[in-house]
Amino acid sequence: MKGRLISKGAARGPVLKSEAPLGFFGHLDPETGVYKEAGHPLDGRCVKGAVLVFPRAKGSTVGSYILYALRQTGNAPAAMVLRECDTITAVGAIIGGIPAVDQVDISKLHDGAEVMVADGSVTEA
Amino acid sequence: MNLSKDETAILAGSRGSGAARAMEILAALGRIGGAEDMVEVESVQVSGVSFRNIGIHGLRFLQEWAGQGSKAVVPAYMNPGGADRRLWKALGLPEDFVDKQERVIKALLGLGIKPTLTCTPYHAAPRPKLGDHLAWSESSAVCYANSVIGARTNREGGPSAIAAALTGRTPRHTLHTDAGRLPTTVVEVGCPVPNVSDAGALGYLTGQLLAHDPRGGIPFLRGVEAPADVTREAWLKALGAAMAASGSVGLFHLEGVTPEAAASGPELMAAAARRVKVESLEQARRELFSAKGRPDVVAFGCPHASLDELKRLEALFGGRRASVPVWVFTAEAVRRKAEKSGMAGRLAACGATLVADTCIVVAPLAEMGIKNVATDSAKAAFYLPSHQGVGVCFESQEAAVEAAVAGGPFFGSKAPEEAAPQSSRPAGSGA
Repeated sequence: MKGRLISKGAARGPVLKSEAPLGFFGHLDPETGVYKEAGHPLDGRCVKGAVLVFPRAKGSTVGSYILYALRQTGNAPAAMVLRECDTITAVGAIIGGIPAVDQVDISKLHDGAEVMVADGSVTEA
Repeated sequence: MNLSKDETAILAGSRGSGAARAMEILAALGRIGGAEDMVEVESVQVSGVSFRNIGIHGLRFLQEWAGQGSKAVVPAYMNPGGADRRLWKALGLPEDFVDKQERVIKALLGLGIKPTLTCTPYHAAPRPKLGDHLAWSESSAVCYANSVIGARTNREGGPSAIAAALTGRTPRHTLHTDAGRLPTTVVEVGCPVPNVSDAGALGYLTGQLLAHDPRGGIPFLRGVEAPADVTREAWLKALGAAMAASGSVGLFHLEGVTPEAAASGPELMAAAARRVKVESLEQARRELFSAKGRPDVVAFGCPHASLDELKRLEALFGGRRASVPVWVFTAEAVRRKAEKSGMAGRLAACGATLVADTCIVVAPLAEMGIKNVATDSAKAAFYLPSHQGVGVCFESQEAAVEAAVAGGPFFGSKAPEEAAPQSSRPAGSGA
């Protein structure tokens, strides 16, 4: 699938998917990589090494720094695929060096499937 | 998105790795925002300065970016941090916090950002001109620059503003374009809005009404008169600050007053897709009241007070002394002028301390033992309960000064009380 390039680079990993927007600040712990939000589809899941698939981010703009922090602690997702990227995720992906692409039909990506993200496209690995 | 030869070179590293990273951020944000190209900016204002907001990870990122060696190529100003750099000890701020705050400021200095530490760079630095393109990020400053001055800036985040500073550019979309500045909603105001806190209440309601407008709400307000006296600028500032807080509004038009509305009001109005009415400010006064007890401090200057506002406050005190601590937040540049003229000393004699470099919203109030605040700022009243767990008596500056002098009751015998039903008032909020 061809999408729109948000943050350059190539990486592969298993899909970790959320149909609900993600709030990085206050929910995603850089020390563990675990997402915590009661009732959220990713509650209790670890994003480390995954291709994180979600519609967009929500919440505080400080969330960009959480993506940067995940890179520093070694808990960053391998890549991110979004339906429509927001500015929090775009800035976080670039400063965290996390490959990211948007304008992708995320309904075709399923939890656990191994995919490759490279410079604006998503392919099955 | 088309990058010029220069911009492509910056992206490739012609001005160092820090500027290259900046251009990469701007290009991605330009693609998201639907920009066709970049526009050169006259100045930049950078939010995300308070250590309390950005935390250790934000600090580390700024230090890393500063370490890449690129510096601002246009005038760039810092938003308030968490501590008054001169008075922190007297105000009861923990040394450990102040130390971390200084590290954020040092990193930003390394990026060539000036330590104005104010949300009102238009009071503390050269005022932008009509039509200037800017990359500002503090929400009330954005709203003021766009609406009152008629300059053009999107609502930037901290990193995107720094990126604009390092390159002198920002992607041209939304509030930088004529089409992106057309109003989404006409707001018919059917009640008087005489003083500055009333303007904040109207802004708060307007923001709520427009919070879900597509592409971000832009109101065209009618039926309301901005005061003609010295409070006019503060009134417009409070109006914009409150709607930016409650509805993420980056631009408002006010019939006959703001430059674009004065020049082409009817055409602008015709572009709005819907109409709403505000008949009373009572709901705002009720919702913005959250005090759980007697105010520990009275806070003015959210957004930061101008020299004119300080003069007016001095007149309201009329030499009388407050029996509750009064903090007046302002820019250090304005405080120095007030010190030079003797006004700061006269206000101090009334019990009012000028506090600079920080603000009531981002200072670490819990660590300072503050549980309840009285303020005339709808923006502060909106943020303090959720951001700081602090209760607020929201009332006019006139009433708050009288209460401070009398030692209470806050929200007492003055005008705001008429609008606040007895039943909605939490017990123990007054005297």
